[in-house]
Amino acid sequence: MEKYKELMKQYMLTENEEALYKAEQFSKQLLQKDVSPDEIVQIHIESLKSLYPELPKEMKRSLDFLLETMIAYGIVHQEARDLREKQLELKSEIEVAANMQDTLLNTVIPDVEVLDIGVLSVAAKQMNGDYHHFIKDSSGNVGVGIADVIGKGIPAALCMSMIKYALDSFSDERFSPNSILELLNRVVERNVEAGMFITMFYGVYDIHSHEFTYSSAGHEPGFFYKAKSKQFEEIDARGIVLGVQNNVSYINYSKSLEVGDTVLLLTDGVTECRQGDRFIERQEVVDVVQKYIHLPAQHIVENVYRYFERLQDFDLRDDFTLIILRRER
Amino acid sequence: MNLTIDVSKNEDVHEVKLSGEIDVYTAPKLKDTLLPLTQERGSTVHVYLDKIHYMDSTGLGVFISALKSTKEYDSKILLINLQERVFRLFDITGLKEVFQIESSIRGGL
Repeated sequence: MEKYKELMKQYMLTENEEALYKAEQFSKQLLQKDVSPDEIVQIHIESLKSLYPELPKEMKRSLDFLLETMIAYGIVHQEARDLREKQLELKSEIEVAANMQDTLLNTVIPDVEVLDIGVLSVAAKQMNGDYHHFIKDSSGNVGVGIADVIGKGIPAALCMSMIKYALDSFSDERFSPNSILELLNRVVERNVEAGMFITMFYGVYDIHSHEFTYSSAGHEPGFFYKAKSKQFEEIDARGIVLGVQNNVSYINYSKSLEVGDTVLLLTDGVTECRQGDRFIERQEVVDVVQKYIHLPAQHIVENVYRYFERLQDFDLRDDFTLIILRRER
Repeated sequence: MNLTIDVSKNEDVHEVKLSGEIDVYTAPKLKDTLLPLTQERGSTVHVYLDKIHYMDSTGLGVFISALKSTKEYDSKILLINLQERVFRLFDITGLKEVFQIESSIRGGL
């Protein structure tokens, strides 16, 4: 109050620019102290009255009128402050949830001599709606699942946790990919709201016969890379997404892998990349992978991600997951 | 990009003509228009998609909700003239097997 009066007096007497500048600085301090607009008007009125006791009564009245008009602004100011606090609170809660999700959904890449495995999953928002899962069964075979929940953020993440627990509950036994999807479909169909669904691909790599058996529930098709011919081919697997119908049968497919042959699994965050108004064609994904195919699996996925990150100006629109399995020997 | 929804009634059929993009921002608007129609007992809804050049999975979610409600309310939904990119979504997700999809008038495929 005294400071305001002082600055005002200074300006009234000198009309000095410096006093104006000081006033601007002072207003920042007031904001920090959460002084509301109507309080400032109040201070102004009192300072004015004490500097000029002889103020015309019309002037005084007009100032009281101004004060009343400012009250609503004061309330809004207070609300904005409360919202800011609330928002900070929510933000830190989401951070905690995101960390929990990381821990819960954490999966360990199995260490298998015959396979080189690379995986990268990046969330567009704080929480990831993509999920991937590795498992090594008692005979040493490797199961790999990749899934994408419709939507992003918290609802998608909660749904993903459900998949994870369902998978955990029956992954001890040796199920084939199609029966895993059938079981998951039942869980998802029963537990999600009407417009929600999940796409998923599940595959099992037999480390003795080098057969890759897989099944898909409407998941974005991945690719096989044949080392001998250096050709990519789309993984053809048909099946409806999880959560739409209650009694669905999925089909098992299988593919023999030679040394160097590679399985490439992804989510549509990879193929739905957009550069401005241009969509990334699937061929472009293949071309980029091809460029790095000579590298170790983990380096391939990292390089591919970096390529698409640059392409989109580092602004990821959708969760992005890429998995590479290569037969080493 | 926006979504324009034009609803009219032709005899007993609700005709829904869409144009623009169906994504996470426009999907709620589509849902609010489409669901009351499929929730009319015994109704038939024709959705024209020839002017939809982009749709993401949120859009699919809206159509799945609509499809589920047709079972509950004994109504019908028919999707007409999908552009290739949009049709691909129904194809990959296996949803083309459960939806009635037609490319009748202007060969939308």
